[in-house]
Amino acid sequence: MTEPGDGMNKGADVAPPPESVAVQEALEAPAESLSEDLSRWWLKVRAGDLGALPIVVGLVIIAVVFGVLDDYFFTERNFTNLLLQMAAVATMAIGIVFVLLIGEIDLSVGFVSGVGAVVMTLLLRPDDPGWPWWAAIGVALAVTTLIGFGQALIITKAGVPSFVVTLAGYLIWSGVVLVLTTQFTTTGTIRIQDPTVVGIANNFLSPLWGWVVGGVVVVGYALSQLQTARSRRSSGLIAKPLPFLGLQVAGLALVTFAGVSYANQDRGVPTVTVILGFALLFWSFVASRTRFGRHVYAVGGNAEAARRAGISVDRLRIVVFMIAGFMAGVGGIMLASRLRSVATNTGGGSLLLNVIAAAVIGGTSLFGGSGRVVSALLGALVITSIQNGMDLLGLASGTKFVITGFVLLGAVLVDAISKRSRSARGVA
Amino acid sequence: MALVGDNGAGKSTLIKGIAGIHPFDEGEIFFDGERVNIHGPRDAAKLGIEVVFQDLALADNLDVVGNMFLGRERTRWGFVLDESRMENAAQEIMESLSVTSLRSVRQTVAGLSGGQRQAVAVAKSVMWNSLELILDEPTAALGVAQTRQVLDLVRRLAEKDLGVVIISHNLHDVFEVADRITVLRLGQRVALLERSKSTQEEVVHAITAGALDHVPGMADAGADGG
Repeated sequence: MTEPGDGMNKGADVAPPPESVAVQEALEAPAESLSEDLSRWWLKVRAGDLGALPIVVGLVIIAVVFGVLDDYFFTERNFTNLLLQMAAVATMAIGIVFVLLIGEIDLSVGFVSGVGAVVMTLLLRPDDPGWPWWAAIGVALAVTTLIGFGQALIITKAGVPSFVVTLAGYLIWSGVVLVLTTQFTTTGTIRIQDPTVVGIANNFLSPLWGWVVGGVVVVGYALSQLQTARSRRSSGLIAKPLPFLGLQVAGLALVTFAGVSYANQDRGVPTVTVILGFALLFWSFVASRTRFGRHVYAVGGNAEAARRAGISVDRLRIVVFMIAGFMAGVGGIMLASRLRSVATNTGGGSLLLNVIAAAVIGGTSLFGGSGRVVSALLGALVITSIQNGMDLLGLASGTKFVITGFVLLGAVLVDAISKRSRSARGVA
Repeated sequence: MALVGDNGAGKSTLIKGIAGIHPFDEGEIFFDGERVNIHGPRDAAKLGIEVVFQDLALADNLDVVGNMFLGRERTRWGFVLDESRMENAAQEIMESLSVTSLRSVRQTVAGLSGGQRQAVAVAKSVMWNSLELILDEPTAALGVAQTRQVLDLVRRLAEKDLGVVIISHNLHDVFEVADRITVLRLGQRVALLERSKSTQEEVVHAITAGALDHVPGMADAGADGG
């Protein structure tokens, strides 16, 4: 052990050169003005930290293109349709965001959602066994969560890549959906008659409730942001300047209230949209404000560092796959409710690709450790509005696949290029 | 105390065992004169042993605060991160160690230089009231100025009455900061030297041709910590 006091470098604390202190102080000083904040943001963008920028640009392009090509695209009716179409994809994409954050992939979520929907529907069949809606939904979600748990167990304990395990899951669960649906009917289609379950994706809030929910979201966001800023200031830390906060809240209020008012001119805000909003809030909180969320990012950034810090990486991976399974179940129920039935191909088709594409297009990195829960919403908005727009234009299926594929490719390219630019400039 | 030895001498393996990352096959660990059992990173941390690894074990995508508290986050109600408290504590530690090269503890680690990373890793370890700090090749990847910063930091730590074990290839660095030098060869200690009473030549000789008790590879090479 080194004895204190006999070192040859005692008191050799090298003072930093004065110019670096000046730069340091300039950067540490709280950004008091809005313009300063904006210029910092621009610096980050130029360094490859694009944030939500590509998404916003993409949405504007989509809106303009389809708005010009088809008059129906901007109608209130189509807006509420879009909200209904988007909900399930965004919900399932939340689970995928978590999986991508730890640097894994789950290819089974599509058919896992199908299994959840079929299990629920079978339990709901009148008199056979005729379960109440809450019990059927509960069991369905438990099943999909358990599937996530089982797959994760193989991934972590046997060390098989998640790509392979969940690819096997994709086949297995598609088979299970087929077996279950054909077991009890000859046609393979089972109708859902429970009014509550059907109502999930077919009911709308009354205009008044629409405003109330919108108001709660905006006020809640403003209060939580203010609270954070206040607690940081009282601890003597740098907080977001108030004008900047005001601008953020105003932006959210504008989008929310415009959406509510637009939806109210048609049928109102769909119930699924409220469920989706709640899920987004909850999981955003989990990802960004809790110890668990911090560990998720750490495992995605450097699993070895997380392990050395005493984090149980395997257990965390298992929980993340369970979240993906659970959210797949929720999404599957939304889809079944919307169609009022399940069929042999429930959970199949392009669902899986749309879900993963939504997470990636929304800005969650495939390389792990980077992304936000809200990217599920943004990506789902992009992918659903493109598909909605192409449907309106009456494009052939083949053309739609090609275009969707190119959009996904573009998003992945943006991710890869911005990552390269980030590491070149040393900004994460 | 410095731990030196050629490549494959078992320096890193010994350290990983003490840190609880790899279990030892045999042997006992004595800490402060008492026999202790270390089965995981948390056991080591509980004893006050902290290790700063060669590859630093920092998560690039987290900021400095996130890394310093990784696995030991301060929370409210047991699960909500208390960011203000963590940020304040991180800043205090950085100041107490006179780490001035960081412009903000909210910077992500990916944007830091090698010396800054080393400083973060050291600060992270110091922050937990550690009694003994083990640094694995702290200057291996650093330039001249950054090496200087890290060695000064090591010296300041020693002056704070912290036990510091530094593993290094660089005998110049070792002679600059260490009081005692342990030489490992093929998994065994072949020399324990006082810096003031030895020369670099003696150390080099011990590293390359230190006398071995027994021939390794014959069901031995168990390391004992200390």
